Amino acid sequence: MTALDTFREETRSWLEANCPESMRTPMPEREMPWGGRNATYANPDTKVWMDNMASRGWTAPEWPAEYGGGGLSKEENKVLQQELARIKARPALTSFGLWMLGPALLEFASEEQKKKYLSEIVKGEIRWCQGYSEPGAGSDLAGLQTKCEDKGDHYLVNGQKVWTSYADKCDMIFCLVRTDTTVKHDGISFLLIDMDTDGVEARPIKLISGASPFCETFLTDVKVPKENLVGELNKGWTIAKRLLEHERSMISGMGMGAGAASMGGMETVAKENFGTDGEKIADSSIRQAIADHKMDQQAFGLTLKRSSEEAKSGQGMGAASAMFKYYGTEVNKRRFELLLDVLGTQALGWEGEGFESKELAVTRSWLRSKGNSIEGGTSEVQLNVIAKRVLGLPDA
Amino acid sequence: MALVLTEEQTMLRDMAKDFFTEQVPVTNLRKLRDDEDELGYDKAVWAQIVELGFAGILIPEEHGGTGFGPMGLGIVMTEAGRTLAASPLYSTAVLGAGLILAAGSEAQKTELLPKIASGDLLTALALEETTHHNPANVAMTAEKSGDGFKLTGEKRFVIDGHIADTLIVVARTDGAAGEAQGLSMFLVDAKAKGVTVTRTHMVDSRNAAMVALDGVEVSADAALGSIGGAFAELENVLDLGRACLAAEMLGGAEAVFDTTLEYLKERKQFGVIIGTFQALKHRAAEMFCEVEICRSVVLEALSALEERRNDVPRVTSLAKARLGEAARLITNEGVQMHGGIGMTDDVDMGLYLKRARVQAQMLGDSNFHRARYADLGGY
Ligand SMILES: Cc1cc2nc3c(=O)[nH]c(=O)nc-3n(C[C@H](O)[C@H](O)[C@H](O)COP(=O)(O)OP(=O)(O)OC[C@H]3O[C@@H](n4cnc5c(N)ncnc54)[C@H](O)[C@@H]3O)c2cc1C
Repeated sequence: MTALDTFREETRSWLEANCPESMRTPMPEREMPWGGRNATYANPDTKVWMDNMASRGWTAPEWPAEYGGGGLSKEENKVLQQELARIKARPALTSFGLWMLGPALLEFASEEQKKKYLSEIVKGEIRWCQGYSEPGAGSDLAGLQTKCEDKGDHYLVNGQKVWTSYADKCDMIFCLVRTDTTVKHDGISFLLIDMDTDGVEARPIKLISGASPFCETFLTDVKVPKENLVGELNKGWTIAKRLLEHERSMISGMGMGAGAASMGGMETVAKENFGTDGEKIADSSIRQAIADHKMDQQAFGLTLKRSSEEAKSGQGMGAASAMFKYYGTEVNKRRFELLLDVLGTQALGWEGEGFESKELAVTRSWLRSKGNSIEGGTSEVQLNVIAKRVLGLPDA
Repeated sequence: MALVLTEEQTMLRDMAKDFFTEQVPVTNLRKLRDDEDELGYDKAVWAQIVELGFAGILIPEEHGGTGFGPMGLGIVMTEAGRTLAASPLYSTAVLGAGLILAAGSEAQKTELLPKIASGDLLTALALEETTHHNPANVAMTAEKSGDGFKLTGEKRFVIDGHIADTLIVVARTDGAAGEAQGLSMFLVDAKAKGVTVTRTHMVDSRNAAMVALDGVEVSADAALGSIGGAFAELENVLDLGRACLAAEMLGGAEAVFDTTLEYLKERKQFGVIIGTFQALKHRAAEMFCEVEICRSVVLEALSALEERRNDVPRVTSLAKARLGEAARLITNEGVQMHGGIGMTDDVDMGLYLKRARVQAQMLGDSNFHRARYADLGGY
């Protein structure tokens, strides 16, 4: 038996003992395990599961153990993910800290910062939000204006962020601030700000899906300790870009997402709604559209797989995150449009009688999916990145 | 790690790339076309291909081949596709060797495979009878006649039909056109009595022919594989052919994309390089994504064949459908982004465009494979 087999056996029995039964069922949106100081748990098992996993560092399996991570190798993590998938375990922790900030801190933060922030993230103690976009700085992110002045023993921050996802529920924000107004990219710094500090105010904004996950965030004379600067002053853009790569790979994973799965597979629904001709969906254009979509999805999945195999063997697809962000989010949007076609009137309910909850969830997710090709850099911006960085096409 | 090449496969690819770019550039196809060459392929080039071991790439060493398997074959096809190299590789090294390996008796393998590997035997698959690929839609009959069979009917779109020594003919010993049951395969000497081969001149300047069989007598041992049950054996090898076509199409798509990208960086209008126009940049970036996706599906189809996985039909249909669409997009964009010069015969865009449409029809276009993919998915 190889070491990996032993690891699999141990993992399997540990998960058997430590993953509560209710954590092996599909996860409703309101039971998402975001963690944080003010977290509430609609299902108490969510907290048990998070704590159990965090105790082994398995909420961040590949982060070094000294920072609270699992210290697993890629191969071990793969085994862990397979075993989690086998029992249909929910994620133990979902967090911007895990997906975006953590990987950037591992690369750019000081030793003290890593010790403090990474272990908090692993345990789900602190919930982070992302303070990048501003009213005047979206695609042109480096045009940001939120001012940060050195006041000797602290920084003083004034400005406004916008589209800050979950700002009203978060404990800390990682923020891009302007520390030099005479230059563009080289005048940006990366600052960590506690949302409880005086002068920080988050106001929720309502989305087309009816939910209010993101906010305007006002920063008025906010005092920030100097040790909260990550990396060097005016060198924040490098960190910002790297973090965006992590964000993009996270978002592009949605190309493979659920949605249809919760409906029992769209071909099954299509058979119910359109009838069958033998095994075939009777409506041939719907059947074709579904096949096209499934081919897209399989081809995209294979490309993700190839990219990770190439990364392991030291080759690289180059600026792959922009391609995956672009392609994955567009596939995801198409999937929801197709689901709408397949479900007909049943995907057009807003609330109340006449619709099953999973049907209402499709409606809301369809609306939410429109944001996929905007958040984390729009599709057009991804195409710009590919054209410039991968294909070497010059700017005008 | 099935989606990245092994060291051995990388060496094979580099060797094939060097060979085709240096020895069989696109000018080779132009010359065959402009000279109205009777064979439609270059014998000297074929000899070199044989020399390199590509003709016997699928064939095990014991039968005189190099035994690289489907992945190796696909790698070579991609490089051949990149320069539009015209040769009997597809008809003979892919389909001929594939069918004999899959369905042949020991005696047939021992006799024929070494001849394919040594370049002495060219084969052609005579399958299609209608405007669109449909392997069960065979009406050609094979009636019992003495100890053997008598074949009657007409075939079209027989790739390399007029240069083949041996035709591999799919005919019906039972049942009616459209049924999978009752199909059989026969090895027919192209010079046998009653065989009429008429070369067709195709838009891609590559070889194809119509084949008419008028009561052609063959002996019992001319049967390749089981009588009446050839469909399954055939389908398997058709999947190999489809994957190899997808691989060849990938090479063409890559070549067009690379050439077009270079042009975007060099052509000036309005005082600037046209590659600075965002309308073109974004389309170039989309083509890049498409090429990456194509690489993945082709590698997946080839590795499924290599590993004899049971999702071979599904992933080869995925690859063939995808490449059909992608090659259409990329060759169209290639012409468009070259402007007027893209419409001229002087640049290669048109040659790739024309070849891509023929490849798309061979062994099933995107519609065929999309439908098959859905069938296999049970919807
Ligand atoms: C659901 C959601 C969650 C988000 N969460 C966060 C968050 O947590 N934190 C955060 O900081 N931000 C967040 N964002 C903001 C997001 O990053 C920005 O919306 C995005 O970068 C686009 O900026 P913008 O909205 O100002 O649009 P604009 O930049 O004004 O874009 C408008 C249109 O112009 C196009 N465009 C702009 N520039 C170019 C160009 N150079 N070439 C071609 N086309 C161009 C865009 O593609 C778009 O179609 C979120 C957004 C969404 C939708």
